Amino acid sequence: MAPLDRADVDTDQIIPKQFLKRIERTGYGPFLFFDWRADGNFVLDKPEHAGSSVLVTGANFGCGSSREHAPWALRDFGFKAIISPSFADIFLANCYKTGLLAVTLPERQVRHLIDLASEDPTASVTVDLDKQEVRGEGFSYRFEIDAFARECLLGGLDEIGLVERNEPDIAAFESRRPAWLPAVK
Amino acid sequence: MPKTLAQKLWDAHVVRVAPGEPDLLYVDLHLVHEVTSPQAFEGLRLAGRRVRRPDLSLATMDHNVPTQGGMRAADESSRRQMELLAENCRREGIPLYQIGSRRQGIVHVIGPELGLTQPGMLIVCGDSHTSTHGAFGALAFGIGTSEVELVLATQCLPQKRLGDLAVTITGELPLGVTAKDIVLSLIGQTGTSLGQAHLVEYRGSTIGGLSMEGRMTICNMSIEWGAKAGMVAPDDTTFAYLQGRPSAPKGAAWEAALDHWRSLSSDTDAEFDGEISVDASRLEPHVTWGTNPGQVAPVTGRVPEPRSDTDERALRYMDLLPGTAFADIAVDRVFIGSCTNARIEDLRAAASVIKGKHVHPRVRAMVVPGSTSVKQAAEDEGLDLVFKAAGFEWRNAGCSMCLGMNPDILAPGERCASTSNRNFEGRQGSGGRTHLMSPPMAAAAAVTGHLVDVRELI
Repeated sequence: MAPLDRADVDTDQIIPKQFLKRIERTGYGPFLFFDWRADGNFVLDKPEHAGSSVLVTGANFGCGSSREHAPWALRDFGFKAIISPSFADIFLANCYKTGLLAVTLPERQVRHLIDLASEDPTASVTVDLDKQEVRGEGFSYRFEIDAFARECLLGGLDEIGLVERNEPDIAAFESRRPAWLPAVK
Repeated sequence: MPKTLAQKLWDAHVVRVAPGEPDLLYVDLHLVHEVTSPQAFEGLRLAGRRVRRPDLSLATMDHNVPTQGGMRAADESSRRQMELLAENCRREGIPLYQIGSRRQGIVHVIGPELGLTQPGMLIVCGDSHTSTHGAFGALAFGIGTSEVELVLATQCLPQKRLGDLAVTITGELPLGVTAKDIVLSLIGQTGTSLGQAHLVEYRGSTIGGLSMEGRMTICNMSIEWGAKAGMVAPDDTTFAYLQGRPSAPKGAAWEAALDHWRSLSSDTDAEFDGEISVDASRLEPHVTWGTNPGQVAPVTGRVPEPRSDTDERALRYMDLLPGTAFADIAVDRVFIGSCTNARIEDLRAAASVIKGKHVHPRVRAMVVPGSTSVKQAAEDEGLDLVFKAAGFEWRNAGCSMCLGMNPDILAPGERCASTSNRNFEGRQGSGGRTHLMSPPMAAAAAVTGHLVDVRELI
């Protein structure tokens, strides 16, 4: 578990714009928090946090730009779950599509986890999506998650395939659309 | 049951509801650009899927485009991204306005000016500032690349229902105070995340009195206080803006559309989950001092004492000391542009401040029109001559220095007065320092060489 004790971490910090020129979905890990890591002594580069799969951080994580490259970079770096008191809407949606588990816990519990990870880097937690809880030595925090998002994460569902199954409804909707609506010429 | 405008727009786009699942919504217009689409097109191709409704999709190049020198001035990876967009659009039959097209421009500027953005529509784009289109009484929000792929394939998007917020803005705007100051002051009040998981309606007499450009500026920055979307109920100002635009309905279709559009407002008894009030008559021009848009204050004031770790970190990054008068902060660069503030009205407002004056010798200032059409319109009025005579660089349309994905960037340590939407660390270039403000305020900073209350110049 790695602590990033900052609020309002925006996606420009998670993955700066110069790496958005790539046309692949993978390979963003080395550029995660690029500018902050370049400053030196960044928490993720400390040996005691190497190989962490859980990131615990401040409120409003992932605000700003809609770039899905942000969860791609977190995933490629090795994170499987991010724990925060709150996430920006678009980032949260992007996490689910990427297979990255975003866990929302109350501020007090997140504070405990950040302090724990900072004071004892060997402390480990289990993020259990099936049981919807974050467990560690002497504590267990229940978290809520959208049922559909949970199913998608657990089952790795092909969402496009799911939507395509509604073809009759989609076609019916299209036939009802008002004639004045614009088409692009 | 009385409904809010947002609920009406939502309900009108529901293809399917099922218990325990998000609503399936139909997308009327999908805007596409070069940066967030390559992986989506690739995903389609790998799965053997095609674009369902290329006629409801529109692509443009904006994030990466150099604002001078054309495609040749772009670096190799930018060029590759733009060429890939052209190739993808050609293969799928999606209309594309590329560099050199007279309709090319920032995606959130061209939709409205072509008349493609209309009341009642659901509009999405792989860009967080898609909320701009809500100014027309549309439901418009940004999506990620996986969702871009989903919309390309199905023209639909599953979405969980969201809450409703109302922001009521009343009072006459004082001279020198703009829509940008309204939204900056609002974000100062709400912080950066109050709007999370909500659709916001901006209303009240001040909104009613704003032009479409002003309403777009406010809706544009909804995302900066966390809202999923921002919108304004359409009225005669909206209809007058749309009438006669290339993609607006004509003849009998116009009348039919108008009938429908007039029904698009919140019912009198509709309930919101929260309401915020702003008294516009007491507003002053605002500037940001930190590294998020909520770190903002009236320009007449001073850099505040930090109240949190975030504030302290921001002041360190911005190299500012608490107590410093804003007017004592010198700037190196001025940027007038972006999807927030690069429409014709913005350029007119900036030009009126600098007319007959000159850019301070220490400052490098540039104007980047939001679209090629805006650039043409400005040149037809002679605004380009005003800017050039004052020492501004007059560029071609694009996102430019709002996000620094093209040659227009700040050098480390440079300080910029900017009409864009984000003052995040490194946003305009690694190590660059951004102060957000309105176009007249940025113009005034260009002339004086420091942050300044524009009312001293007008």
